[in-house]
Amino acid sequence: MQALYAQLLVGLINGSFYALLSLGLAVIFGMLNIINFAHGALYMMGAFVAYFLLNLANIGYWPALILAPIAVGIFGMILERTLLRWLTGLDHLYGLLLTFGLALIIQGVFQNYFGSSGLPYSIPDELKGGMNLGFMFLPIYRGWVVVFSLVVCLLTWYLIERTRLGANLRAATENPTLVRAFGVNVPRMITLTYGLGVGLAALAGVLSAPINQVRPLMGADLIIVVFAVVVIGGMGSIMGSIITGFALGVIEGLTKYFYPEASNTVVFVLMVLVLLVKPSGLTGRAS
Amino acid sequence: MKTRITALLLGTALAICAASGAWAEDKVAKIGVLTDLSGLYADLGGEGSIVAAEMAVEDSGMKAKGWKIDVVSADHQNKPDIATSIARRWIDTDKVDVFVDVLNSGVALAVNNVVKEKNSIMLNSGAGSSELTNTQCTPNTIHTTYDTYMLAHSTGSAMVKAGGDSWFFITADYAFGHALENDTTAVVKAAGGKVLGSVNVPINTPDFSSYLLQAQASKAKVIGLANAGGDTTNSIKQAAEFGIVKGGQKLAGLLLFLTDVHSLGLKVAQGLSLSETFYWDMNDQTRAFSKRFGERMKNHAMPTMIQAGVYASLLHYFKALDALGGNPHDGAKVVAKMKEMPTDDPLFGKGSIRIDGRGIHPAYLFEVKTPAESKGEWDLYKLIGTTPGDQAFRPLSESKCPLVKH
Repeated sequence: MQALYAQLLVGLINGSFYALLSLGLAVIFGMLNIINFAHGALYMMGAFVAYFLLNLANIGYWPALILAPIAVGIFGMILERTLLRWLTGLDHLYGLLLTFGLALIIQGVFQNYFGSSGLPYSIPDELKGGMNLGFMFLPIYRGWVVVFSLVVCLLTWYLIERTRLGANLRAATENPTLVRAFGVNVPRMITLTYGLGVGLAALAGVLSAPINQVRPLMGADLIIVVFAVVVIGGMGSIMGSIITGFALGVIEGLTKYFYPEASNTVVFVLMVLVLLVKPSGLTGRAS
Repeated sequence: MKTRITALLLGTALAICAASGAWAEDKVAKIGVLTDLSGLYADLGGEGSIVAAEMAVEDSGMKAKGWKIDVVSADHQNKPDIATSIARRWIDTDKVDVFVDVLNSGVALAVNNVVKEKNSIMLNSGAGSSELTNTQCTPNTIHTTYDTYMLAHSTGSAMVKAGGDSWFFITADYAFGHALENDTTAVVKAAGGKVLGSVNVPINTPDFSSYLLQAQASKAKVIGLANAGGDTTNSIKQAAEFGIVKGGQKLAGLLLFLTDVHSLGLKVAQGLSLSETFYWDMNDQTRAFSKRFGERMKNHAMPTMIQAGVYASLLHYFKALDALGGNPHDGAKVVAKMKEMPTDDPLFGKGSIRIDGRGIHPAYLFEVKTPAESKGEWDLYKLIGTTPGDQAFRPLSESKCPLVKH
C-alpha cells in the first residue's frame, strides 16, 4: 500500500510536466489553430537557456525561471511573425508540417553542437534534500515542481477564461474582423499568445533541467505523450488539458508499478479508447 | 578464317575470365559506418565512429600501397528494420565490404543475419549482446571492445566482492538489457549472492523515479542498471535525487561510457565503478590518438571505447587485406584471415580474434574520480583493476557457438 502512495505521488510529479506542456499546446491550438509540433524543441530550448545562463553568465535557477521563458518566448514570437503567420487560414496540415520541420531543425542544430548525452544542471541549493513522508522519500525539488506548475496552470486558466484580456483573445479567434473593428490589434495579440504558449513550454524545460539531463532530444521523447494528453483532454480546452495532464501522469505512474513494460504505451491505448467513445476528447465540445 | 578463329578464342577467354571471377580481386574497399547518428546513443558511436573510421584509413597507409578506400555512413535510428534495409542496399547496390560500429544489440543481431546471408563482414564494436559470438556467431562477424559477459564479470563480480550480495535490476526492455541482466545474474548467483527482483523499462524513458522507488523498496544492497546511454545517466542522476546512495544502497552502472560520465558531471558520478576496455589516458599512444581524435570532433570529445574499437578493428582489417594482396570481396575469407593474424594496435595493445569471432584484449575496472582528483574536463577515471584478455570474455569451453568444436 505504501508503495502505491509513492507511485501515485511520482505520477503526479510527471503529470505536472504533461500539464504544463499540454496547456501551452492547448493555448496555441485554441487561439491560433496551429498544431505546434515544435513544442518539444522549445521545451528543450528552455532547459538549454537555463544551462547557458548558469554556465556563461553565472545566473542561477531562480532568475532562469523567468528569463528562459521570456527568451524562448521571444524566439517563438519571431517564428510566429516570420513563418507561422503565412499559414493563417490554411489547412491544419501545413502548420503541422512547418512546426514539425522546425522541431527537427532546432533539435539537429543543438545535437550538432552539444551531442546527444546532454549537459549537467544541478538542483538549486535551496531545494536540495528531501523529506521522509513515511511512505516515501520525497525530494523537495519534486514537491516544488508539483506546486509551482499547478499555480502556473491555474493562473493561465484564469488569464484566458476569466479576464478581459482573455475574453478579447477568445473573441478574436471566433471573429477576428469584428474584434479588429473594436480597435483591438489582433495580429499582435496572436503573436503574444504564441509567445505565451512557447514560454510555458520553456518554463517546463527549466523545471525539468535539474531532474533530467539537459539533452537535445529531451523534448522529442516527451512531445508525443503530450500530444496524446491534449487529444484525450480535448483540443483547445484549457482546463481539460490541465486535468488530463495530471491524471495521465498518475495513470502512467500506476502502470510503471503494475506492468512497467506497458508504461510508454498506456497513454496511447487510453487515447484510442477516448477517441472511440468521445472523438472530441473528454472535455472538448463537438464541432 | 584466321580472324574468325581469333575472335572465337578471344570470346572463350573472356567467358573463362568472367566465370572464374579473375577480375574480382582488386584494391578497392568500401567501409560502411552503420550507427545511431541522431538518437540517444549518438555520442557513444555516431559522428565519432565516422571520424575514427576515416582516421584508420589515413593511418593504415593503404593509400600509398595503391588502395582506394571509401567510407560511407548511415543512421540506423536504433531500428532493426531500418538497419537491415540499409544493410541490404549497401551490400547489393553500393558494394560496401565491411560494416563497422553497429551499436544497439537489437540492430546488431538483425544486421548479423544479413551479413552472413550475403557473405559480407561486420566488425562490431558497438553492441553489447554477448550472443553475437555465442549462439548467433557467424564466420562473417567479429565482435570487439566489450560485451555483456565481460561487463557482468568485471563490474558484477567486483561489486559482489565488495559485499554487494543482494541485487535489484533496472533493465532496458530489449535484447541488450535482458542479456546484461542474465549475464550479471549468473555472476551474482555463482558468487553466492541473490537477486531480489527486476523491472523492465522501455528504452528512452525520461523519468526513472517509479523504478528507483521499487528498487529502493526491495532493500537490495546493489541496484544494477542494465541499460545504456541517456537511460543510464537519467537513472543515476535521479537516484542521487531520491537519496538512494545516501540510504546505503549502491548503484552498479553495468554499462557506462566516458561520454555518459562526462555528461553527468563528477559531482553526481563520483565513486561509481565501471568497466571499459579503452580509456584515452592509458598510455602515450592512447593519448596521442585521442588528442588527434578530439581535434576533429565538433565538441572536442575524447573517444569512447566504441569509437576506439572502430579504429582498431579497421586497422586489423586493412592488415588482413594487405596480407591477402587484394580484396577478394569474400567476407568469410577476409574474416578467416583476420582470425589467423594476431592483433596489435596502439589502442588495445596485443591480442587476438578467436574462432567464434570474439576479439580478445584486456578489460579494465575503473572508478570515477572525485571533483578534487580531476585535473581536466576529461580526466574522469582512475584504474583500479585489470582483467587479462583470456579471462575477460566467455571461455570457449562454455561457448554455444557452432563454429567452436568441443
